[in-house]
Amino acid sequence: MSQPVEPTGQSGTVVRSRVVVKILKNPMGLIAIAILLLMVVLAVFANLLAPFDPNFANIGKTLAAPDAVNILGTDSVGRDVWSRLVFGARTTLLSALLCAAVAVGIGLPAGLIAGYYGGKFDSAANWVVNVLMSLPGIIVLLTVRAALGPSVWISMIAFGILISPGYFRLTRTAVQSVRNELYVDAARVAGLSDRAIISRHIFSVVRAPIIIQTSMVAGIAIAIQSGLEFLGLGDPSVATWGVMLNEGFKNVYLTPSLLLWPAIAIGLTIGALVLLGNAIRDALEDADKIKHRRRNKAAGAPVERSRPKGKSTDTVEAGTEHHLVKVSHLGVGYPQADGSIKKVVDDVSFHVDRGEVLGIVGESGSGKSQTAFSILGLLPDAARIVAGSIQFDGDYTVAPGDDRVSQGRLSSLRGKRISYIPQEPMSNLDPAFTIGYQLVTPMMRVLGISKAEATSRAMKLLDDVGIRFPEQTFKAYPHEVSGGMAQRVLIAGAISCEPDLIIADEPTTALDVTVQADVLDLIRDLQKRLNVGVILVTHNFGVVSDLCDRVAVMQNGRLVEDGPVREILRNPKDPYTQKLLASMLEDKEPMTMLVSAGTGPGAAAEKEVAL
Amino acid sequence: MFTFILRRLAAGVVVLAAISFLTYFLLYFSSANIARNILGEYASQEQVHAKEIALGLDQPLLTRFFSWAGHAITGDFGTSWFTSQSVVSAISERLPVTLTLVVVAILCIAVVATLLGMAAAVKRGWIDKVVQTGAVIGDAIPGFVLAIVLVTIFAIQMKIFPATSNIAPDAGASAWVASLTLPVIALVINGVTSAAQQIRSAVIKQLEKDYVRTLRSRGISEREILFKHVLRSAAPAGLTVLSLQFVGMLGGVVIIEQIFALPGMGALAVLSTTQGDIPLVMGVVLYTVVIVIIVNLLVDLINGWLNPKVRVS
Repeated sequence: MSQPVEPTGQSGTVVRSRVVVKILKNPMGLIAIAILLLMVVLAVFANLLAPFDPNFANIGKTLAAPDAVNILGTDSVGRDVWSRLVFGARTTLLSALLCAAVAVGIGLPAGLIAGYYGGKFDSAANWVVNVLMSLPGIIVLLTVRAALGPSVWISMIAFGILISPGYFRLTRTAVQSVRNELYVDAARVAGLSDRAIISRHIFSVVRAPIIIQTSMVAGIAIAIQSGLEFLGLGDPSVATWGVMLNEGFKNVYLTPSLLLWPAIAIGLTIGALVLLGNAIRDALEDADKIKHRRRNKAAGAPVERSRPKGKSTDTVEAGTEHHLVKVSHLGVGYPQADGSIKKVVDDVSFHVDRGEVLGIVGESGSGKSQTAFSILGLLPDAARIVAGSIQFDGDYTVAPGDDRVSQGRLSSLRGKRISYIPQEPMSNLDPAFTIGYQLVTPMMRVLGISKAEATSRAMKLLDDVGIRFPEQTFKAYPHEVSGGMAQRVLIAGAISCEPDLIIADEPTTALDVTVQADVLDLIRDLQKRLNVGVILVTHNFGVVSDLCDRVAVMQNGRLVEDGPVREILRNPKDPYTQKLLASMLEDKEPMTMLVSAGTGPGAAAEKEVAL
Repeated sequence: MFTFILRRLAAGVVVLAAISFLTYFLLYFSSANIARNILGEYASQEQVHAKEIALGLDQPLLTRFFSWAGHAITGDFGTSWFTSQSVVSAISERLPVTLTLVVVAILCIAVVATLLGMAAAVKRGWIDKVVQTGAVIGDAIPGFVLAIVLVTIFAIQMKIFPATSNIAPDAGASAWVASLTLPVIALVINGVTSAAQQIRSAVIKQLEKDYVRTLRSRGISEREILFKHVLRSAAPAGLTVLSLQFVGMLGGVVIIEQIFALPGMGALAVLSTTQGDIPLVMGVVLYTVVIVIIVNLLVDLINGWLNPKVRVS
């Protein structure tokens, strides 16, 4: 919410002064600092600013309205409200400081030691932390007060102890994450003592979060302290905002304004501390990232500048209806912080027919996955179609002029006619549901069949994809099966609703070498048997030569070459294709071998190459 | 599963024992003048001394603690030193008020924060801004200050709700509702936006997961993905926030009950600690800690049910 007005540079985590500037440039930060400075001034110069002693009672003038002498009036025993407010600032701020100091003093070293050395101290400290965190704070403070008397300072020390787990956890987590970093290792090898490493390398990591936390803790401390005093449990001889609140609440029917001033003072101070914490956090965060995120949000809003209605029935170019998928001059881009659009796919055209396997090859970042996701309509929210069109089975899913994939049209196609085999098997199954559930539900939704029928189909599918004990796998959760199994399950899911087109995004990259070959065999068999069109996205020419009929080579978002696999392998025209092929084949079998193997599936040799 | 519960319960008992001793130890220092306080200033020195012996105050700390603990294990927390009412009955009169207040508030927060958080995560735009800003404001205004404002405006100025409660054991349901509405609103406003904020980030994190894209590719509707898959995976984060808020509220209601003059545990806690009524204080502390332990255990069990991976370990 509170953005730096003018984010400059990168993260600015290290350069302190830049952070301070950023906080001051943030209106929220500026307001917060102004309020806190005001409170500090009140507290420091209380003696000068207050015309009366905070406890001086003028019995003859109780509950008086504001006048020239008592600028905010008097309370029920005739004490000056303004003087008490000013002196209250002193007590309140000091007590918040005390509480934060105690909490840091305990939490920080304990967290450093626990995080750095671990072991027994760590587990003991964690146990204590868990106990402290399961205690309701105020009840404990009431007990402490009963035992040790109604002193503000004692309560704040006790509360500092209670709240120290916050610092402990923060420090411990931060230290654990850097402890094994290489530069810490290097420092250790260089012979630095533990103490030097902690103070030099690790302390700098936790400094920023500690400052933010302290700002929040000070706010909580003021709230708790005022709360206790509001209950009438504070030291009545010390003027604090909480005591004033208590006094005001007793007289709420007579003089509600007595309640107003301390409430405002408390609200402003705590609010300022919280805002300051947020401003520091924002200032430390990567400014670029904030801006980017914000822009995405703006762009994600209802900008969908759809074409005029009625045009959705656009007929595709005559003579192209028979293609299963036809991508024409597709451009995909992401809006950038500076307002420009970064193109990741640029003027890409290809088509796939039924029963045909098209390989899209390129190194990572070449835009091949983005192209595949545009066909599926599963691009990230921020993505924009900047040019071109996509048609599926004679209908546009992205008509010329659209800047988004039409979710309306694709949602009736996805799962049913177009399906998807992802790259990383484990992360593509919901860990909370059984494999069976994740196979059965899409079939019930898409095909509208009963659960029993879907279940028996799922069993058969699992058997089809070569899973040996379908019942067992059906009942298993994703984490209970191997990566290769999970990929087979995902392939089973992809073919479960008898699609016309399967888009496989690097389906073997995340798998073990031995499993890769099996999965490729499986895809080839299924493709032949079901006569579906397949778009195989890969960086691997071996996989292409094994499976594909045609291939499109992509580089930096552009299509550099496409054609039948044999031709391209035998006679690559584009230098990039040549380079890709050369890198595949270096020190391996001669090229002729590969090409001849490309036609005869299943040969072991090209799988070797594939890896 | 069963051993998990047993282990957690055993750990809970250890915590309980540690806290009992710590509290008892602290209160030991406050019991110097207690007999005099009970009997009043006109009692003779002999009477005071006799009272001290009757209360066992002449015994050393450990003897007193173990004598108390021995009874406490059997469920006998003794009687209040000041009212002679049994601690268990005093607490069982007060506990329903506090529990109703806290549980209703937490349930309201759970429902509203989930809807707000999900809406903010999915729709972004203005509702996201509202949640984010609200979270900062919710953090910035202490709950009891908000409660004071509410009671001043709605009960004292506008007289829509009763300023003080009329919850008696025989009070009808409408009296309960009238008395609890404002305090619940105060608690909910204070906690709801920060909970929504946490749920928002948990939902966004899940929406970015690969499996969500795969579910979409399978033709599952956006609504089903959101409510069945994403919500389930985001739930543990939400539950953790809610359980922390619950613990916080058990303390916070002490002040809220005072403001709305509700006869709950909080009022009992204030009374017993100011008087130094050790048996009653111990009872209040133990009941509170037991509730906290139960809530934490429940949260762990629900998380285990939601996430099969946790269930195994």
